[in-house]
Amino acid sequence: MSQHSITLQVNGTTERATVLSNMTLLTMLREVLVLTGTKNGCAAGECGACTVLMNGEPVNSCMVLAVEADGAEIVTVEGLAHDRKLDAIQQAFVDLTGVQCGFCTPGMLISARALLDRNPRPSESEIKDALRGNLCRCTGYTRIVEAVMEAGS
Amino acid sequence: MTDIIGASIPRVDAVDKVTGAAKFADDLQFGPGLLYGRLVRSPHAHALVKRIDVRKALALPGVKAIATGADTPGYIGLYLQDRHIFATDRVRYIGDPLAGIVATSEEIAEEAVKLVQVEYVELPGVFDPKEAAKPDAPVLHPDLGKYTVANFIFPKPGSNISNHFKVRKGDVDKVFAQCDVIVESDFRVPQIQHVPIEPHIAVALAEQSGKITLWGSSQSPFAQRDLIAKALGISQGDLRVVAPYIGGGFGSKAGVSMEACAVVMEQKVPGRPVKLRLTREEEFFCAFVRQGLVAHTKIGATKEGKLVAMKTEYYWDAGAYTEYGVNITRAGGYSSTGPYEIPNVWADSYCCYTNHPVGGPMRGFGMPEIHWGIEQLMDQLAGKLGMDARAFRLKNCLKTGSEVVTGWKMHPTGLTECIEKATAAIDWGRREPASAPHKKRGKGMAIMWKAPAMPPNAGSSSYVRLNEDATVTVGLGGQEIGQGTHTAMAQMVAAALGVPVEWIRIATPVDTQYSPYEWQTVASRLTWSMGNAVVAAAKHARQQILELVAEHWNEKIQDLDIKDGSVISYNTEQALPLKNMVVYGLPKEGDCGWRGGPIVGRGNFMPTYVTGLDAETGQGPRSVVHYTVGCQAVDLEVDTETGQIEILRVAAAFDVGKAINPDQVRAQMEGGVVQGASSAIFEKLDLRNGKVVNPSFVDYRIATSVDMPHKIIPLIVEEPQDDGPWGARGIGEHAMVPTAPAIANAVYNAVGIRLPSMPLSAERVFLAMQEK
Repeated sequence: MSQHSITLQVNGTTERATVLSNMTLLTMLREVLVLTGTKNGCAAGECGACTVLMNGEPVNSCMVLAVEADGAEIVTVEGLAHDRKLDAIQQAFVDLTGVQCGFCTPGMLISARALLDRNPRPSESEIKDALRGNLCRCTGYTRIVEAVMEAGS
Repeated sequence: MTDIIGASIPRVDAVDKVTGAAKFADDLQFGPGLLYGRLVRSPHAHALVKRIDVRKALALPGVKAIATGADTPGYIGLYLQDRHIFATDRVRYIGDPLAGIVATSEEIAEEAVKLVQVEYVELPGVFDPKEAAKPDAPVLHPDLGKYTVANFIFPKPGSNISNHFKVRKGDVDKVFAQCDVIVESDFRVPQIQHVPIEPHIAVALAEQSGKITLWGSSQSPFAQRDLIAKALGISQGDLRVVAPYIGGGFGSKAGVSMEACAVVMEQKVPGRPVKLRLTREEEFFCAFVRQGLVAHTKIGATKEGKLVAMKTEYYWDAGAYTEYGVNITRAGGYSSTGPYEIPNVWADSYCCYTNHPVGGPMRGFGMPEIHWGIEQLMDQLAGKLGMDARAFRLKNCLKTGSEVVTGWKMHPTGLTECIEKATAAIDWGRREPASAPHKKRGKGMAIMWKAPAMPPNAGSSSYVRLNEDATVTVGLGGQEIGQGTHTAMAQMVAAALGVPVEWIRIATPVDTQYSPYEWQTVASRLTWSMGNAVVAAAKHARQQILELVAEHWNEKIQDLDIKDGSVISYNTEQALPLKNMVVYGLPKEGDCGWRGGPIVGRGNFMPTYVTGLDAETGQGPRSVVHYTVGCQAVDLEVDTETGQIEILRVAAAFDVGKAINPDQVRAQMEGGVVQGASSAIFEKLDLRNGKVVNPSFVDYRIATSVDMPHKIIPLIVEEPQDDGPWGARGIGEHAMVPTAPAIANAVYNAVGIRLPSMPLSAERVFLAMQEK
């Protein structure tokens, strides 16, 4: 298996990494850069727990090879808050109890951030549609949808 | 400060969870020496194991060790020790672990799995619980009679019945003969899976001294310590279990399952940690699943609509091992009437071994399964009587002082209020138009009860330790599984001690080496049981502080109080902040030394009043601690062209005794409603001769954001629990219990069809409408 040297921006910082051809972006983030906020729920692109922003678009990082991210800009959950101030979507999840176990939360926040970036005032149905690829087993989604509405208002 | 009780403060763990700082077991770092495990699993549902040859696998470069059943021939299990950590002479389900590979990477371990050669002799399988219970069925556990078992579980050696729970109350046959109205029916509930978004994970590290540490996604660090230590013949004091945040469990991470495999594998490579994680595919059939159920129930009433008799047979599809499931069978039996007062009851609840995935605890612990049938049958009976379903339930449901099925008198209960509130919230009785000509609208309801199912002596403990600045570190052993328990505990300590809630720090992660004992995070028991323990610990700390200051001020303790972080005197109106004195004490007058010392409070709680039930009649004075009751009312539409169900409104009302944090209580109800609706409409492990053919999120659908009800209306009812902190009792599992039958009853109301089995998928509903 060949190795590749890649350079990418992760949460505003330039990172260089040597990765195997078959390493996923998820594995690189979690195991090489030790950014463990991004979660592995299925490794098959089906649950959304590993969602990150890649060049502004939400992707399942388990479905992206690390080499494909060469030159890309990546934002993970760790990159949402700045200077100890939470992003509006994070604050809304705290205030409106959009969190229970917290495992789907990082991916859910990233998908919500991506939605708000392209549509700052989404409707309820637009929010539900944007989050349909992020599975949550605890909350019943109610407060998550409310939190995205709140962050968008 | 008691205002903090009943305050909807934000979760104490929320900021860590939204920033990615919260550590789950797979997030912990173990350095470059970390090894990885994969399990060799049976491809057969039932077979004898003649030989396991690991030589080729061991020779693969990167493979460090392989553990097999030869390493641990003994048994493990919670209520019935019927399980090997690794199968030895027989495999009983597809996925039964036979060996654990330890290698330098998951890829190498996976490669080595294929090199392990196992010689099997296939045996006929048993795939239906009713068939399993027949005398001529192949016996899965010939040694059933030799297994160690709890004294309230009754296995039938020589058969596949690992527990038979009976109720014999009154004279059922005689009363049925006199009933004016009788309904009876079969109901079936398939095995489903919990589907926590975090798959199971365990990391183990053994030291040459014999000490072992296990990090895992665990609801039960203390039970795991106890059961694994006993199975391996090591001291509980030498097995340390650390349980960081857990990404959902719903029961699947209670008791012990794959964690024991990780420990045995690690014992082969002491000094280098081993990480074992289940894939999502394994999660669907190798972790616990919810037991299936085949039920037959008959109920009878007088023409005035009074319930008088009930006869029930439950055959639980408990899977290959029933070490935990035997108690679900018991709970199903002693709850078999649902929340109704019925004087004549006959029930047989059989826990049946099958060659299916291992049944275990899942949110509701048997209650969603039994209420599926009970609550549909009650609607059918009300219909036959010409009574409104709500009026029928109000007439027959348990009230304070009613006699419950086991003979105990019901404690103060708000069930009637739950029914009234939930039905009012969806305008019960008002026929409303559907949103389109091809849709039909209907309303339905269901009520429920559930007691925590646990050993009678399941205990909790806590410490409350004050720091220099009077912040408070709270030690406890219950897991924050998403339900918000650490937030509720912080509120209780703040109120009982007299400090602002912002000063409370919960000592996490739970670690059996440092945290006080807690039986398990199950049964919706923490608010009540662990709550009592932390309140006792806070009061113990408070007492020490008041004694110190009383002596210092030369005042009486009863004139002192702690308010907002200061000791105050009602007598002299003096005030003294807790800061510093709770660690350093207070100086005596005239520079003659000090009094006091670092304050540490301790507390524990264990119910001491729970009695057994008679093995022949299921009767006893008090077999459970309390019942949480509730009602859900559903307003939905069925698309007659597709069979699709769209839930417009769900009202959920539960009697929680006292809502410590009402917002978190409502969040539990909302999440439970959606999980219940998901099980009702989508979920089923599709089993073909023991093989789960849909082990992925594509083929096993769970509710997504677009499937949620349009509106969920959570309603809190508070009829205090006499031994609960501020009157609180549990809420967590309960919200899932009545959802499925309430939906089924609403579907009947909308389109006149009734399916005896879950799920009410669009396809099945559509076909049933066609057949009608």
